[in-house]
Amino acid sequence: MPKQSTYNLYFIALLVVLLICFVINICLGSVNISFFKTFKALFGTATEDASYYIIWEYRLPKAMTTIMVGGGLSLSGLLMQTLFRNPLAGPYVLGISSGASLGAALLIMGTSLFSGAFTLSTFNDITLAIASSLGSFLVLSLVLVVAAKVKDTMALLIIGLMFGSITAAIVSVLSYFSKAEKLQQYIFWSFGSLGNLSWVQLLIVALCTITGIFLSIISIKPLNAFLLGENYAKSLGIGLQKSRYLIIVATGLLAGSITAFAGPIAFIGLAVPHITKQLFHTTDHKVQIPAVLCCGAILMLICDTIAQLPGSVSVLPINAITSIFGAPVVIWLLVRKRKMIF
Amino acid sequence: MLRTLGNFQPKFSGTIAVEGKELSTYNELQIASKISVVLTEPIASKNLSVYELLALGRQPYTNWLGKLAKKDISIINNSISLLELEPFLDKKCFHLSDGQLQRVLIARALIQDTDIILLDEPTTHLDLYHKVQILKLLKTIAHKTHKVILFTSHEIELAIQLCDKMLILDGKENAFNEPCALIENKKFDSLFPTDTISFDPNTGSFKIKK
Repeated sequence: MPKQSTYNLYFIALLVVLLICFVINICLGSVNISFFKTFKALFGTATEDASYYIIWEYRLPKAMTTIMVGGGLSLSGLLMQTLFRNPLAGPYVLGISSGASLGAALLIMGTSLFSGAFTLSTFNDITLAIASSLGSFLVLSLVLVVAAKVKDTMALLIIGLMFGSITAAIVSVLSYFSKAEKLQQYIFWSFGSLGNLSWVQLLIVALCTITGIFLSIISIKPLNAFLLGENYAKSLGIGLQKSRYLIIVATGLLAGSITAFAGPIAFIGLAVPHITKQLFHTTDHKVQIPAVLCCGAILMLICDTIAQLPGSVSVLPINAITSIFGAPVVIWLLVRKRKMIF
Repeated sequence: MLRTLGNFQPKFSGTIAVEGKELSTYNELQIASKISVVLTEPIASKNLSVYELLALGRQPYTNWLGKLAKKDISIINNSISLLELEPFLDKKCFHLSDGQLQRVLIARALIQDTDIILLDEPTTHLDLYHKVQILKLLKTIAHKTHKVILFTSHEIELAIQLCDKMLILDGKENAFNEPCALIENKKFDSLFPTDTISFDPNTGSFKIKK
């Protein structure tokens, strides 16, 4: 087992890489802003310069969103993998993201449908966050109920897929009946975008993410005990119900709030925990939690930088890039010989 | 029955007393420092390294982060040398054979440092040599550390040779005594249908009737 000092070294390296990726991410974009100018805009005084505006109002919030989205989704993936004892669990695969979509869709399009009963015709950022978090909690608890009955890894994944289909179906029924502008609003949301967040929205995501991280940190011991299985965890004096609830709330908050603002983003939550397990050679959550946060943020920054297609005007959907990274990880997990070890 | 004793399943009737107090009056953490278990179910993550798995045995005593104190580490090291696990420490659990993994799990229970260790069929899936090895190991541990080690088993012949006391769950008398006394009282004779299997009290073994 590697020593604590080795881990510290790894973490310093990861933080350096994170910082480099962060700076590169800010420097590159559709508009060509030189490295020097970027620095001046970041640390210098406010100017009327366009580059200053672009960096402070667009690129900086986007880069920070990216970090939180990457870290938060990866952490929720790690929590789910431990909770479900399933190496292929993740917020996207098990339909948690679709649950969040359902919540968002119900809020955006549903309220306009039933506006006779509700006077709530406008929605704001906080209600959107609440709605999609509730949506993800709903699907998460449904999946948990089913997971208690089905022990098979594959069956659970297919059930997660089915939940995704059901929510997608409800969303399409909703969109069939809703007004054009509401539908447009929803469609833009569902593309998944890191760039549209204001500083206020960023603050909400940050609050949810930090709460999620905090809940995960106080659950480190139960999480480690769950690696032995629930009965062993109980024999070690872990309060099963309480720990389970804490972990579920953390997962729902992370996946729900992030999906609410950034849209459903695929595979990051599933892939990153496996990458960190390869890097750190440990299953200890004391190491894993900070590790997935760093690695998730780094990977997401890289994906976002690629999606920006630096120098060109067009932007690729972030989902496409994360899938290109993430889907092969799933295939590799399924193909390798020691199957189903997490 | 073992699952009820280990507080995994509610009891049907009767009382379970640990150190003179009813089991249900203890909270989970208190039970964790009285009773440790080795279960039949496989551990959830075989990606744990042996040392990580052993260290989890100290969970009832560590702080909220699960940090190991000096005392914890010395207890872990004692059990490692008692069960001769040194060659495996860095290995992942999926590299171990069933017998090796069973030894590691027993070590984990020992590390939990409880007066009572419950084992649910610790010798299933093992060949005769490893069965005997595990059972002899349990006997040594029980005598060396003065712990109560209670295990369920279908290996009656091995249990007769190794156990200090046996409880025969035949649904009628449920006799509990030392193996020799049980043989003298002919408790094994009618355990199985006598037209297929008979018990030989001289050798303490079962014979198939041809």
